[in-house]
Amino acid sequence: MLNGYLDRSKSQQYSISIIATLSLSAVCYVISPYIGYLAVALVLLFTVSILSVILSVFPVLLAAILSALIWDFFFIPPPFTFHIGKTEDILILAMYVTIALVNGILNSRIRHYEKMARHREGRLKSLKLYNAVFSSISHELRTPLTTIMGVTENLTDQGQKLPEQDKKVLYNELYIASNRLNRVVDNLMNMSRLESGHLEAKYDWCDVRELIRSALNRLSDEMKSHPLKVDIPEGLPIVRLDFGLMEQALYNILQNVCFHTPEKTPASVEAFFQDGILEIIISDDGPGFKEEDKFRAFEKFYRSPGARSGGLGLGLSIAKGFIQAHGGDISIENKKSGGAVFNIRIPVYISNLSAENEP
Amino acid sequence: MNHDASILIIDDERQIRKLLQIILNSARYHVVEATNGKEGLTMAAMHPPDLILLDLGLPDEDGQNILIKLREWYVSPIIILSVRESEEEIIRALDNGANDYLVKPFRTGELLARIRNALRLIKEVDGTAHIQTGNLNIDLTGRVVIKKDAVIKLTATEYSLLTLLARNHDKVLTHQYILKEIWGPGYIEQSQYLRVFIAQIRKKIEDDPDNPIIITTESGIGYRFNIE
Repeated sequence: MLNGYLDRSKSQQYSISIIATLSLSAVCYVISPYIGYLAVALVLLFTVSILSVILSVFPVLLAAILSALIWDFFFIPPPFTFHIGKTEDILILAMYVTIALVNGILNSRIRHYEKMARHREGRLKSLKLYNAVFSSISHELRTPLTTIMGVTENLTDQGQKLPEQDKKVLYNELYIASNRLNRVVDNLMNMSRLESGHLEAKYDWCDVRELIRSALNRLSDEMKSHPLKVDIPEGLPIVRLDFGLMEQALYNILQNVCFHTPEKTPASVEAFFQDGILEIIISDDGPGFKEEDKFRAFEKFYRSPGARSGGLGLGLSIAKGFIQAHGGDISIENKKSGGAVFNIRIPVYISNLSAENEP
Repeated sequence: MNHDASILIIDDERQIRKLLQIILNSARYHVVEATNGKEGLTMAAMHPPDLILLDLGLPDEDGQNILIKLREWYVSPIIILSVRESEEEIIRALDNGANDYLVKPFRTGELLARIRNALRLIKEVDGTAHIQTGNLNIDLTGRVVIKKDAVIKLTATEYSLLTLLARNHDKVLTHQYILKEIWGPGYIEQSQYLRVFIAQIRKKIEDDPDNPIIITTESGIGYRFNIE
């Protein structure tokens, strides 16, 4: 509200200042026989104070001087002259002008400092975010690199002396680390695709069953530890989607499920079509989402406090971005029994083709 | 089996060439290397290799162009190894005559399997009357498809589609290519036909149609018929 006034143009501010002073003065002129000219000074001073809160400094000074002149001319006896009869009235007028000016200047100064403080706070916030993102990327890149460099050095120097069993362990670590590095690079690439603003869904006819299967196949290593139920009705129509983007989105969500739920936690994927909307629901029997995470989970680089370490916090925001590129949306809920539910809704065109009517 | 086959690597990255050389040598392939497109073209012409591994990001000329130039006369398999992972790029390479496409970083086992398949393809060309994979047997002369000793009923289109994939087994066929071959050039954009028929064929030939292993999906690119 306050900022709304401050954003007004200069001419608007001066108009407000003049109109408010003149109209209040007019009201005072009507009621002055009942309240006396000294009370009028207080009403006008009150007006200037209010204006000093909502206007910038020069319009307030204008209101102060204008109201002082009006008070002098119309109200201080003898009226309709600038002449002032009593000495105390001169004193009151002088005090009036001083208070109005100081009031205006003080208020504008306070606002100036407030603005600077807000600015500083904003910069501090963005610096903090930048540092967090930077250290997260650095951590995610350096951890696997450390493994790779350490293991290769170890194998080069000690290779002959190491027992076969240890070598196998080291080779496996190398493999895991490089896969992790690969995932980080993939995520960063996908995020920059989204951020570039050039992302456009390339629609083609898709078999949803094939799409879901394809995402699951990429996930086969992780999914081994999570029993999965896939439920897709027989008659689900062929729909128009960007296969690559949707596969990546589903993969990211399923990976999130595997990552944040304990081993052997059952998960399920369902899909159905109704009223022009394709709905894909991915759910698990894990711990579910904390209330605040439900909204923040899709933020870039957001990682739930206390979550298992690893990952950049990009997976779900990429998934959301890719789904939105289809004009769809994704939301998170918790099941009554506690598990997480990802609900994807995308408006799609469908084909009424079936294999019976052979072209 | 064919382990003395010669492979030409065209890649400007020394590390990649080194890695490939070790992998391929240990699988008993004979390896030659070229560090840019021009050198690759010359070497391929002077001693035609049995297979070429081609990178797309070459310093002197785009790998896609080198691929087109090679395909003017070179008929043996070309496998693309590239960091470029966009569907358009992959489809373009396949349309330009690449037999296969692997995105870097790739798994060594995967690369060796693709090389084996590509080399086996030349040995078989046409002539084969039977194509067998798992418990599925396609008799091309008798036009009969048998699964676990039972004849499978296929419509005419299903049969053409299945045999098109089977004849090009272990090779990715792009959606556009399949549509053009089976339905004609006017149907290139009509990929919904393809989806429906692939789903239909899978129901008939796969043990678990939701988990296909004979006809697999190459996301956003095409389909591959797998033998082995």
